[in-house]
Amino acid sequence: MSEVSGRFIGKSMLRKEDQRLLTGKGEFIADLKLPEMLHAAFVRSQIAHGRIKSVDLSRALASPGVVYAIAGPDLAKLLPPVPDTQLALPRKWTSRVQHKFLNPQQPLLAYDKVRHVGEAIAVILAESRYLAEDAAELVTVEIEPLPVVVDPELGLADGCPVLHEQYDTNLIGDFSVEKGNVELSLATAPHRLKRRFYHHRYAAIPMECRGVAAVHDTRTDSITIWSSCQVIHWLRREASTVLKLPEARIRSLALDVGGGFGVKGHVYPEDLLIPVLAREVGRPVKWIEDRHEHFMSSCHSRDQTHDVEVGFDDEGRLLAFRDEFIVDCGAWNPIGSGIAYNTAVHLPGPYKFDHFAVRSRIVVTNKVPNAPYRGAGRPEATFAMERVMDLIAAELGVDPAVVRMRNLIPLSEMPYRLGIPYRDGEPIVYDSGDYPESLRQALSAIGGLEAFRERQKAARAQGRFLGLGLGCYVEGTGVGPFESATVRIDPSGKIYLAGGACPQGQGMETIFSQIVADTWKVDPKDVVVALADTSVISIGFGTIASRSTVNLSGAIYNASEVLQKKVFAIAANILECSPVDLELRNGAVGLVGVPGRELPLAEIAQAARPGWDNERPEGVSAGLEETAYFEPPTVTWAYAMHAALIEVDAELGRIEIEKYVIVHDCGVVVNPMLVEGQIHGGAVQGLGGVLLEEMAYDSEGQLLVGSFMDYLVPGASDVPHMELKHLHFPSLLNPFGVKGVGEGSAIAPPVVIANAVCDALSHLKVEFNSTPIKPEQIARASWA
Amino acid sequence: MAKTVEIHLKVNGKNYAGHCESRTLMADLLREHLNLTGTHIGCEHGVCGVCTILVNGEAVRSCIMLAAQAEGAEVTTIEGLSHQGQFHPVQKAFHENHALQCGFCTPGMLATVIDFLRTNASPTEAEVKEALSAVLCRCTGYQNIIKAVMAAAADMRGEKKLGALADV
Repeated sequence: MSEVSGRFIGKSMLRKEDQRLLTGKGEFIADLKLPEMLHAAFVRSQIAHGRIKSVDLSRALASPGVVYAIAGPDLAKLLPPVPDTQLALPRKWTSRVQHKFLNPQQPLLAYDKVRHVGEAIAVILAESRYLAEDAAELVTVEIEPLPVVVDPELGLADGCPVLHEQYDTNLIGDFSVEKGNVELSLATAPHRLKRRFYHHRYAAIPMECRGVAAVHDTRTDSITIWSSCQVIHWLRREASTVLKLPEARIRSLALDVGGGFGVKGHVYPEDLLIPVLAREVGRPVKWIEDRHEHFMSSCHSRDQTHDVEVGFDDEGRLLAFRDEFIVDCGAWNPIGSGIAYNTAVHLPGPYKFDHFAVRSRIVVTNKVPNAPYRGAGRPEATFAMERVMDLIAAELGVDPAVVRMRNLIPLSEMPYRLGIPYRDGEPIVYDSGDYPESLRQALSAIGGLEAFRERQKAARAQGRFLGLGLGCYVEGTGVGPFESATVRIDPSGKIYLAGGACPQGQGMETIFSQIVADTWKVDPKDVVVALADTSVISIGFGTIASRSTVNLSGAIYNASEVLQKKVFAIAANILECSPVDLELRNGAVGLVGVPGRELPLAEIAQAARPGWDNERPEGVSAGLEETAYFEPPTVTWAYAMHAALIEVDAELGRIEIEKYVIVHDCGVVVNPMLVEGQIHGGAVQGLGGVLLEEMAYDSEGQLLVGSFMDYLVPGASDVPHMELKHLHFPSLLNPFGVKGVGEGSAIAPPVVIANAVCDALSHLKVEFNSTPIKPEQIARASWA
Repeated sequence: MAKTVEIHLKVNGKNYAGHCESRTLMADLLREHLNLTGTHIGCEHGVCGVCTILVNGEAVRSCIMLAAQAEGAEVTTIEGLSHQGQFHPVQKAFHENHALQCGFCTPGMLATVIDFLRTNASPTEAEVKEALSAVLCRCTGYQNIIKAVMAAAADMRGEKKLGALADV
């Protein structure tokens, strides 16, 4: 293949997406209008756990504009629920990790029991959303309440109420991972400490809620599903099962998506129910989740309790780390082992130590299901390990920065074999990076450690409490199994790219144009990008897990490599030369070293056509289109060091973030401006999580949050200015040397703030080992 | 059927006369009746601000305003911000400073910023932050939006011209 030079990769190009989004010409799912379209509204449970006795739809059906209504018990007769299945896990993983999983399947509407407040029981279709909501209010649901499970530890006790009665237990996942001999090492360690860490429940909260629309075409018996979704191929696969249609009769696509961050990264019951109803009533149906519904029906995240014991030496070097943690999974477990296993393998972080053991238990409770949100299990892991680093420091009276420096894997030991498998089953190898350098740069960006300690001392003498919080992590990015790309030379000479990735604001049309432009030596404006539509590429994976830049760029490379051979073969035939004498330049093929004589790609596309007068050499098939897959050998490891300088108002419990520094490495950067945007956004989500946001439940399983008045998302006044530093250790595992960046910056902020507050109040010897950290917690601690 | 009201208003320079239910929200009138779906709805209780539009030049949350309240008003939505193919300086600044990602809050941000700069042509960063607190954005972390507003303000004062909308 032609050498890929970085003319556009690495450049902060302005986004292609902006034009439509800045002028109101974008199209989101709520904007979609189809002829004769009906609007859906759901009736949702107000009770956390109970048996459905009856659902009376008669008054709703008589309400103006109502066309159809159905409740769970009737739907279960019409469409028998999908039976529970085994979790699909890679064989390499299941043969290496001791595990046990149960996999209850959520029905499209609750029919026997409700298991959380917000679970859908019935759906109304009407001529407008106003009329559908009017009718939904007229539905009478009789539910016999059952005792609830809100505390996952109590959910494991004997005699506790059970959510999924077919299993007789609330424990639906249990696995262990270890290396070395943690028990022996703990027994002989010079120092030990034991703590419980809790990372509370909060959620992605994209500004656009979820939404689904569908239309059934009776002539071809095919269905089109629009969903505000990150995984449209997965949606099509599940729709195929539920609708009993071949995948070839289903098109699923996402329009502009107003943020995802993981919460739209799996298939929800509504994604499947709306197409079922559209076929049933013979009219298009659209459902747009409102904000109130979003809080109680879209997945929450985090919510883990860790019991950690560590052993360390007199220098603060970590010797052994043992963790038993519980994931409060909510009522269903849409993505199986994903979050919990992420947590387990990200616990060691960038540190070198030999003895590690972790046991994870996933417990169902009467809450909204728990699914990935930016970081997906890593913030919880990082919280535990990074608190441990500061606790070791406090125990020994050594600076936390010094303790970290002593434990970080040195550059000389990279690539570093961790000794446990990733969730793809491959042994974890931190492929590239300089972790100590990230700490050095962070400390220098805050003005130097000693200078800060001096300032802190002086301030404390005046009754002001300054604190430094550090937090670092490594992150497996670009997980497989694959992504797909179709590259085609359009008859106009433009390069068409279709890919299996699904954007929600990352700027993929721009960055993949840059990558294609460099691969084909064209201008990014001559690249046509089509994503998030099963009709443009038949096999695809989608956008979760900081994976799209890594996997789709690899697929672009693989497809282009094959296609360029063909382009050169045809061009050589026309130019009567050897393909090896040719190169790509300026949207054309030219002779190496002979300027001027160029054959435009448009002409080559014409020459490649099937039929009369084509100019293909013998043995070269017709058309200039290639589909290829990138199957990464395993994940590539991004990392970052975060540092915050804060001032705590001990009286009021308020925190002022004076400076927030992020030193990160995502390998080769395709578009620095967009990468910085990702980092800013993720970091603010992490800060919001620790300081403001909380999905609180009461003892009856009632969600205490129902609007933006009680669930506080950070506003512009809440956020500090962030200073970013970039390290660039290219990945060795993919053609462009890229690493994922989507999730990273949301991982560290919670523990950075916890460490900073502890540092500011170190004279009080208080520990912040759980989140959120709100003024009331700080004030309570400082008054005590 | 619910009671209907007659309504006359001017939207993006065009006169509109029609009927809607008296309970119809302004955001729904724009989106459903006038097909101006550039105005988005993020919370329906007047907190997130993504539905913000300009009513007689002032920023208003269209999800907690009844359409009937707009009788006789002049309304500008995101579809009406550019003139003769020229972007408003705030639109231009958002593009050049990467002040939007998913674009869902952008309509509300633009209306809020335009109203704010009308009342404060030379804001400090702190004032910008306070003004932007009227709209929630979940993607950007606000840093580039703040930058964009400062750039737009400078541009509108004639101090620092932004480039033409770059061809990408």
